[in-house]
Amino acid sequence: MREQMISRACELLANGSVDRVIGWERGEFVYDVTPAVFNDAEDLKSRFVFDLFCGANLSKYLVSETAKGGKVLAFLKPCDTYSFNQLLAEHRVKRENFYIIGVECNGMADINRIREAGASGIKSISSAGDKVTVSTVYGDREFTLSDVIAERCSSCKSRHHVVYDELMGKDGEVLDSNRFDMVEKLEKMTPDERFEFWRGELSRCIRCNACRNVCPACTCEKCIFDNASSGFENKAAADTFEENMFHIIRAFHVAGRCTDCGECSRVCPAHIPLHLLNRKFIKDINELYGDYQAGAEVNERGPLVNFTQDDANPSIVNERGNG
Amino acid sequence: MPMNENEFKPKIVAFCCNWCSYAGADLAGTNRLQYPADIKIIRVPCSCRVNPLFVLRAFQRGADGVIICGCHPGDCHYTTGNYYARRRMTLLFSMLDYLGIERGRTRVEWVSAAEGNKFAETMNDFVSTVTKLGENKRLEDLRCANK
Ligand code: SF4
Ligand code: SF4
Ligand code: FES
Repeated sequence: MREQMISRACELLANGSVDRVIGWERGEFVYDVTPAVFNDAEDLKSRFVFDLFCGANLSKYLVSETAKGGKVLAFLKPCDTYSFNQLLAEHRVKRENFYIIGVECNGMADINRIREAGASGIKSISSAGDKVTVSTVYGDREFTLSDVIAERCSSCKSRHHVVYDELMGKDGEVLDSNRFDMVEKLEKMTPDERFEFWRGELSRCIRCNACRNVCPACTCEKCIFDNASSGFENKAAADTFEENMFHIIRAFHVAGRCTDCGECSRVCPAHIPLHLLNRKFIKDINELYGDYQAGAEVNERGPLVNFTQDDANPSIVNERGNG
Repeated sequence: MPMNENEFKPKIVAFCCNWCSYAGADLAGTNRLQYPADIKIIRVPCSCRVNPLFVLRAFQRGADGVIICGCHPGDCHYTTGNYYARRRMTLLFSMLDYLGIERGRTRVEWVSAAEGNKFAETMNDFVSTVTKLGENKRLEDLRCANK
């Protein structure tokens, strides 16, 4: 796939259809792959990668690319296309600035799962079909992709590209995913159990703001969490309450707009399952206001900027559920 | 009712829409209806003005319960404000519940300017619910695992 992507990108650069390319490059380690912009063929051949660690959603970066102008070739995975659509809907990117190549995706690997499976001293990682070969200083280890697949990919909502100019590989389908299982499990717990669960998770937050920074739905130029006098921004929180507000408000700000790409949980250095907060909102929206997938359509009114006269009253929260 | 000095008196914040429940509170007052004095009423131009952050902020500043009162659906003076508020608050309350925060601490009620009685009743009922729940500790403790 990588060679095919590079050669197509070179072609489009050469015939002037695009001015630059956004993709991924290798970081310090093989599994540290980060988004990068490439300006010419040489650049692409030396730095461009596409492998099991290209989980980073490129759509967020397109907001600043739109501002720079020109035409940009972007390689988008299915989940990235939902984010792109959502950004189009919110007028944060201009469609005419981008040439989108939708790339087939069969799931990305999670380096933490590879480590948990016992691989240490990792030198390189390669994959062929379903096989993942990890070569370490202690010898080679073989895994199947499903053993080390990222959580968000194992519960992927859709392998379908909702927007593209051309496709590379196959377009998949909207999947019947199990992504709400854990939310349901939490809902079935008693309030005390839920409280303990979240207390255990949120206590690890170091307020690095990575979850906000990476989120393609969080594109406000002036974020509420950057206002030093607000009483809920400070990294050295004045009280524990600030942290809780951060998590509730961050999730609330993307409610109805979150496409469930899972970037927030991927980047969290404390491994807090932030997607479970987003998914709670998505699940509630689906149940109360009808199924809604952010980013699926560009010209749809989001559930929080919409209403019907017979929506449930907030007291429904008391009426349903147990505990 | 015998008053005990050590009895827990909850701090309640009530966001009241200027056009309905704020006037309803006034009516309750002029009719000399009794409702607990510990309710801090904050006047807002419409229930839709209440940002979810206001609710959390009130809790952060020590509230034990937060109630939002607005015009009856269909009667909002800005036509549709309370419909949006209704969705927002439903999702917020559900999220608080999901985090294990007691459900009784938050409420939305539709109270018109003519419903002085309903205002007093609502407040009495809400105060007694929150009194039973006691001090609001959970939201603050959410991030202090005792491990
Ligand atoms: S909140 Fe997380 S899952 Fe939702 S759009 Fe943002 S990065 Fe994606
Ligand atoms: S990425 Fe994780 S540690 Fe950083 S602010 Fe978000 S939740 Fe907290
Ligand atoms: S004006 Fe009262 S709720 Fe909108």
